[in-house]
Amino acid sequence: MTNAYSVAHFLAGVMLVCSFTLLYQDRIFAVLNTFAAQAMMLSLAVAWQGYVQNSPDLFITAAIAFGLKGIVIPFVLNRMIVRLGIHRDVDQVVNVGVAMFLGLGLTCLALLLVLRVTPGAASFTREGLALALAIILLGFLQMITRRNAVTQIVGFMSIENGLILAATGARGMPLVVEVSVAFSVLIALFVFAVFVFRIRESFDSVDIESLERVRGMQQ
Amino acid sequence: MNQAVYAVVGIPFLAAIVLALIPSYRITAIGNVLASGLTFAAGLSFLAIPPVVQNYVILDDLNIFFIILNTLVGFTTSVFSGGYIEHEIETGHLTPQSVRFYHAMFQAMMGGMNLALLANNIGLMWVGLEFATLMTVIMVGIYRTTRALEAAWKYFILGIVGISLAFFGTIIFYLAGQAVLGEGAAAMTWSRLIEVAPQLDAPLISLAFIFLLVGYGTKVGLVPMHAWLPDAHAEGPTPISAVLSGLLLNVALFALLRFKMLLAAHPGALKPGPIMIIIGLVSLIFAALMLYQRRDIKRLFAYSSIEHMGLITFAFGMGGPIANFAGLLHMVMHSLTKSAIFFAVGHAAQAKGTQRLADIRGLSVSHPALAFGLAASVIAISGLPPFGAFMSEFLIITNTFAREPLLALAVVFGLLVAFGALLLRLQNVLFGAPTEPTHSVNASSAPLIVHLSLVLVAGIYLPAAMVAWFQRAAEMLG
Repeated sequence: MTNAYSVAHFLAGVMLVCSFTLLYQDRIFAVLNTFAAQAMMLSLAVAWQGYVQNSPDLFITAAIAFGLKGIVIPFVLNRMIVRLGIHRDVDQVVNVGVAMFLGLGLTCLALLLVLRVTPGAASFTREGLALALAIILLGFLQMITRRNAVTQIVGFMSIENGLILAATGARGMPLVVEVSVAFSVLIALFVFAVFVFRIRESFDSVDIESLERVRGMQQ
Repeated sequence: MNQAVYAVVGIPFLAAIVLALIPSYRITAIGNVLASGLTFAAGLSFLAIPPVVQNYVILDDLNIFFIILNTLVGFTTSVFSGGYIEHEIETGHLTPQSVRFYHAMFQAMMGGMNLALLANNIGLMWVGLEFATLMTVIMVGIYRTTRALEAAWKYFILGIVGISLAFFGTIIFYLAGQAVLGEGAAAMTWSRLIEVAPQLDAPLISLAFIFLLVGYGTKVGLVPMHAWLPDAHAEGPTPISAVLSGLLLNVALFALLRFKMLLAAHPGALKPGPIMIIIGLVSLIFAALMLYQRRDIKRLFAYSSIEHMGLITFAFGMGGPIANFAGLLHMVMHSLTKSAIFFAVGHAAQAKGTQRLADIRGLSVSHPALAFGLAASVIAISGLPPFGAFMSEFLIITNTFAREPLLALAVVFGLLVAFGALLLRLQNVLFGAPTEPTHSVNASSAPLIVHLSLVLVAGIYLPAAMVAWFQRAAEMLG
């Protein structure tokens, strides 16, 4: 059983490393590749949970994560970026060092918080949950520190990765929820895709800053 | 017989599929009204059936009136929506292509909200609420102007944050339930969780509640997670503003109340009261102060929604039979009144061709009937008698005075500040020389009249059956 722990933790740990990499990557294609790597790690982690918990339905979730988030979505975004001609570097709101320190702080916060309140739960679950929360918080940080619509999409999807990791780590959580997460990703992609094209229509740029330029007129 | 409960979810989703296949916006508008009317009839029929507790759906004292309210406002808004969209197409603000799926999405959103209200499974409740939210995100961006897109984008990004946090909270709640109820769907079933609530792990459910409060609180529009709300209300089509303020905020708060009940049933868990009191008061006072600087009429009433959701959250935070009673009553009154206001505002904005407060003047001269409706609904939302909101606000204030006089002062301050701002704006809109240009609006004013009469009747005489229901629901909330 200790092996099961260490493999699960290893995979979740690699996902967390991917989250940190997402924080400092400043080339848009590198961001997509890192995200794809994280999604593939997620599918491995989910498949491992399916094997350990002896619940084959998790393999479906793993397959969805692998096919959709590991291959299809990065590919589509890649195509979109090439077609829109926006494959330049990504602007950061704060510099890399600050972002990394903030990320470290959030990770510590997640670990301390979850480990402190869950002394009763199985260590398998609680440590997985702590790592998942860290990935979610890093996803938020990425959404905040990036100015670019595509990197915000990636930030959002890495949050979803953390959520799926947490959901599958909780033993026996009904499949309806996992399907719903996959489903919400689909809808989200649809919404995002529509937006990216509409923003492009109106601004010739997917830079969020150009959206904020119109803010002076409101109130 | 109990299968009837599925109708309020089934009709909207079926209608959504059918409406999505019909290209003409005139036909889909009629279909939308028909489907909403059927759903409302199904909702009303719930009064005749006994409480239902099944694995995935529940019908108890708490949600039955929310479902009826939801289907009623959905129905009246669909009536308003038909005329509104037609006018927008005639004036060229929208094209038939851009509203191709509008009515289908409206039904899908209603179905999602009804699902969230009816769900006995906390995961299903989340799915319903998030589905409804995503539908409204698309509809907020329907005008495709830069500002509409910005509003939709902001709504989406903040919505995502809320979605994720609420889902994480749901997972933690499942973990707490799993330790007691075992693996599987039982640990996500609300009615099972409430039975075993005292045995749940206290720190775990406290942590879960914090995530749920921030997550669903984003949807409720509580300060400081409110930033999406004014933009989404102002830039989206007015029928959507009406359902956002009147329904979606309510449904999100309802979800939060379900979890508050679970926490209240556990003596060792975090007390949600003080947190909800603080967050509610901050929302109330912040929004009341912000009312003074608004230049856009829909943005003004969006801030008023934040103010009222703050007041309601405060009331539930105070807890106890009377404050809970008042909170529930105020949810119903606010929902009816605020959607009435948006119906009136929608007509006024179309009549004057603008949403800028400075350009909407002299309504009492140019559109007397509309001015009367708007004035009545603004008076109602300000909490003046004889309308229903007076009773609920009065109850909240007197109950708070009896228990925490200092907090009551803060509430009164917030309400008075908001009252002043609304009156000031209303005066400018109603009186003075009418601004040009003036268009004729021949949209149906029936929804406005229905809502106002309901609020008026509730303010003068609340039927004993309703009082009894409110009391039972308030008792459940603890």
